[in-house]
Amino acid sequence: MSNPQQLRYTKEHEWVSAVDADGIATVGITKFAANALGDVVFAQLPAVGDTVTAGETCGELESTKSVSDLFAPVTGEVVEANQDVVDDPALVNNAPFEGGWLFKVKITDDSAELLSADEYTDFAG
Amino acid sequence: MSNALRLTALDALHRSLGATMTDFAGWDMPLRYGSERDEHNAVRTKAGLFDLSHMGEITVTGPQAVKLLDYALVGNISTVGVGRARYTHICQEDGGILDDLIVYRLGETEYMVVANASNAQVVLDALTERAAGFDAEVRDDRDAYALIAVQGPESPGILAQLTDADLDGLKYYAGLPGTVAGVPALIARTGYTGEDGFELFVKPEHAVQLWEALAKAGEGVGLVPCGLSCRDTLRLEAGMPLYGHELTTSLTPFDAGLGRVVKFEKEGDFVGRAALESAAERAATNPPRKLVGLVAEGRRVPRAGFSVVFGGEVVGEVTSGAPSPTLGKPIAMAYVDATYAAPGTSGVGVDIRGTHEPYEVVALPFYKRQK
Repeated sequence: MSNPQQLRYTKEHEWVSAVDADGIATVGITKFAANALGDVVFAQLPAVGDTVTAGETCGELESTKSVSDLFAPVTGEVVEANQDVVDDPALVNNAPFEGGWLFKVKITDDSAELLSADEYTDFAG
Repeated sequence: MSNALRLTALDALHRSLGATMTDFAGWDMPLRYGSERDEHNAVRTKAGLFDLSHMGEITVTGPQAVKLLDYALVGNISTVGVGRARYTHICQEDGGILDDLIVYRLGETEYMVVANASNAQVVLDALTERAAGFDAEVRDDRDAYALIAVQGPESPGILAQLTDADLDGLKYYAGLPGTVAGVPALIARTGYTGEDGFELFVKPEHAVQLWEALAKAGEGVGLVPCGLSCRDTLRLEAGMPLYGHELTTSLTPFDAGLGRVVKFEKEGDFVGRAALESAAERAATNPPRKLVGLVAEGRRVPRAGFSVVFGGEVVGEVTSGAPSPTLGKPIAMAYVDATYAAPGTSGVGVDIRGTHEPYEVVALPFYKRQK
């Protein structure tokens, strides 16, 4: 499965986009993670205004068989949560890199160590 | 270090279908092929195809086969006619449930006992031990069969294309030998999904041929391959217990709300009789906990082992929980103190990672098919 080159990744299987002009990045989970979870039925996302810290939990994803913590890949303030995913969690399975994004964060500390697409692909197999 | 997983005769086929596999009781089994919710819904509305070859078959034969089974199991096997099947339990001397079973009567003096994969050895050992003094033989036939199930409302039509067997005459909990897709099979109208359906016991070397024929016959009506993940949500909606969750050695059939499987009226002693008589009395007069259904008001999913709470006190424990595709909300089975077990009881919650989520107590099952 192909992990988009323009994204950066964590070993917790999140992806994060490059920041836009306002310093805002988009966060989601990878297709590898979505496949491993199975059908996502409930997404508890961080709320707008929350501060998230790289490597710390900021929400959870429930699937048929289990619940998984959602880890923040970067540090910053949440500026938007994807209401489409809250309403239809299957988006995470169907379009993890696109419509199934989870939240947007204004990065306040860009020291988080992230993997390139190739590094993540080697890691996740 | 884990021991090598056992593979079913359909293993290569599952991989070619892109199945996500899982270790289930030492077997490498399909968990799902694609979306488990789609697989679940296919069984409810069309049909699904399952590899259940991990189930443990034990054959009991001989002039006293039925006497042995009446002694070793809690059911009244003497009343099972040739070609019929019976759901029953095997208990310890203290009444604790060793496993739940289906017993098929294949001939005058031939029975097949189907045990859960995780308990097959325990059941085999217990039957072998309990056979002492009976003119009967207990045979391990786990490797003699592959088991393929076709479940769902379209399953009779699919199977009818592949067999001349009298499916209309084959009632629920009946089984007859026949030929399906050119291979000899025991055709049983049983299942674990809450839908109409069939379980086909065949020789392992015939499994691929049968699977492919069923898949082809079902192509036009929406039959899909189904993994164990949807089997679990299907049985949970249907209120069917799963060993290791609702049934354990520390519970009797009466504790599990399944006292009806214990037949005290049968002739002779049976293993667990005395303890089960006490358990029946206790369940009728002063039940400790009862098995109930819980339906979520929110969207967070209860899982096995989570506490059921009332007013901050723990009043029970979840034994199985999942998002229900049919109800569209999380459901669970749980043992709760009798005080809180009445359907409609409000104020009950499940402790989901520290938060008490509200749940409604309901009668089981959550889902019953329209006949």
